[in-house]
Amino acid sequence: MENILSFIPLDITLIAQNFDRFLYGVWVTLNLTFLALLIGGLLAIPMAIARASRHAVLNPIIWGYTYVFRGTPLLVQTYLIYYGLGQFDVIRQSWLWEPVLSSAWWCALIAFTLNTAAYSTELLRGAIVDTSKGEVEAAIATGHSYRSRMRRIVLPSAFRRAIPAYSNEVIFMLHGSVVASTITLQDILGVGRWLNGRYYLAYEGFITAALLYFLIVLCITWAFRWLERRYLRHLARRETPAAARMDPEPTR
Amino acid sequence: MLRRTFLTTVTALALATPALAADPLRIGVEGAYPPFSFKESDGTLAGFDIEIATALCAQMQRDCELVEQEWDGMIPALKAQKFDAIVASMSITEERKRQIDFSEKYYQTPARLVARTDAGFEGTPEGLSGKRIGVQRGATHQCYAEKMFPDAEIVLYGTQEEVFRDLVLGRIDAQLSDSLIAQESFLSKDDGAEFAFLGGDHLDVECYGEGVGIAVRQGEEELRDALSAAIAAIREDGTYAKINDKYFAFDIYGGRPASN
Repeated sequence: MENILSFIPLDITLIAQNFDRFLYGVWVTLNLTFLALLIGGLLAIPMAIARASRHAVLNPIIWGYTYVFRGTPLLVQTYLIYYGLGQFDVIRQSWLWEPVLSSAWWCALIAFTLNTAAYSTELLRGAIVDTSKGEVEAAIATGHSYRSRMRRIVLPSAFRRAIPAYSNEVIFMLHGSVVASTITLQDILGVGRWLNGRYYLAYEGFITAALLYFLIVLCITWAFRWLERRYLRHLARRETPAAARMDPEPTR
Repeated sequence: MLRRTFLTTVTALALATPALAADPLRIGVEGAYPPFSFKESDGTLAGFDIEIATALCAQMQRDCELVEQEWDGMIPALKAQKFDAIVASMSITEERKRQIDFSEKYYQTPARLVARTDAGFEGTPEGLSGKRIGVQRGATHQCYAEKMFPDAEIVLYGTQEEVFRDLVLGRIDAQLSDSLIAQESFLSKDDGAEFAFLGGDHLDVECYGEGVGIAVRQGEEELRDALSAAIAAIREDGTYAKINDKYFAFDIYGGRPASN
């Protein structure tokens, strides 16, 4: 074992010794990413409905918001909240400063939430607008009001159809969460950079971080594959009897 | 390449050993690291390193010739006998010691903590327990802060500038950095008005190395020891202090020599 390890040009002992720090980093990353996704997702639903229904007042405001947050890098947004807001005495003396904006964790959560909410809004708006006319017309024909039509037909259908695209957003958000390490948070990358800096290493910290992110993405992908199988079964392409005859492989 | 000859006093040449007096001592300098080594508007070399080199030559009663050399070619040029010693703010590190030899340090800007003037805690491991100390990631200070202040929360930043910014914003209670940098780029500026050094110098061979020394080729013990002795002598007779005060507000020699 010792011999095999010595061929790998990595200081594995140092990684192993500090693995508890990496696990803490995993916790920071997951908790920031998924809290942001949860809050951002909840914010996105009403905003997507307002956008899809072309609400006279809200639509242009929300359009402007998503345009700005999708048009600028997450790193810049985080820096503006973390370093930018602190430049104003008004903000430093306000009630917002002490518990919220003075903390790197809150700044990261706010930036990530606003960012993912902007992307999710547009994603969900697309899914709502794309609802097939047949479903909407059937709902109208059976006497559904706009509100009940939205709640019982359009949104459940849109949520389902948004799942594949949303899995990308979740993975992007996870990868985007490395920005937290630039504002002093010890997320996975933050711990990796700590290790490199502490022991003057070139890449041990980065490789460990990369592996951990990879494992998390693997789990996310599995989770979404399960969701798609469960909620998108009705959209899966069915084998026609003719195709089944030509292909002797058993169908799922 | 610009070469400039500095003739030292000839009066006491007779006292020097014949071997040492034979050739001028060629000293490699950088000329691009203010305030240690830079060029005046008329092209003459100036700075702390330059004046120290000149003072050491005077002390050793040797003729000296300053040879300008770019930083990244400094050690190869020394090994290729283009000059015999380097006086260019080169830190004594283990890695360099494999290639070249060093005199005793001639300066060591120590690390110091900086905190609010009215901080209300002391710069000791106990005083900083539970406090947030900002340091630049990958700097020698990260090594030292984690070793020295195990009960404090060490907050890592990409650049020293960000450390000072968050210190002003109050996100960290103190910061640890090179004292010279802290003085020149923070405490002497408007942003640093409400801040001051907290506690004294921090020196640590394991984390910070042994200071800045004069490099010579390996095997030249005689020259190395003569330089070390000359450094001690100009410390003693006040020449060093005079040069130091021209450039810096405090003594950059630091504490006792690291080898003691």
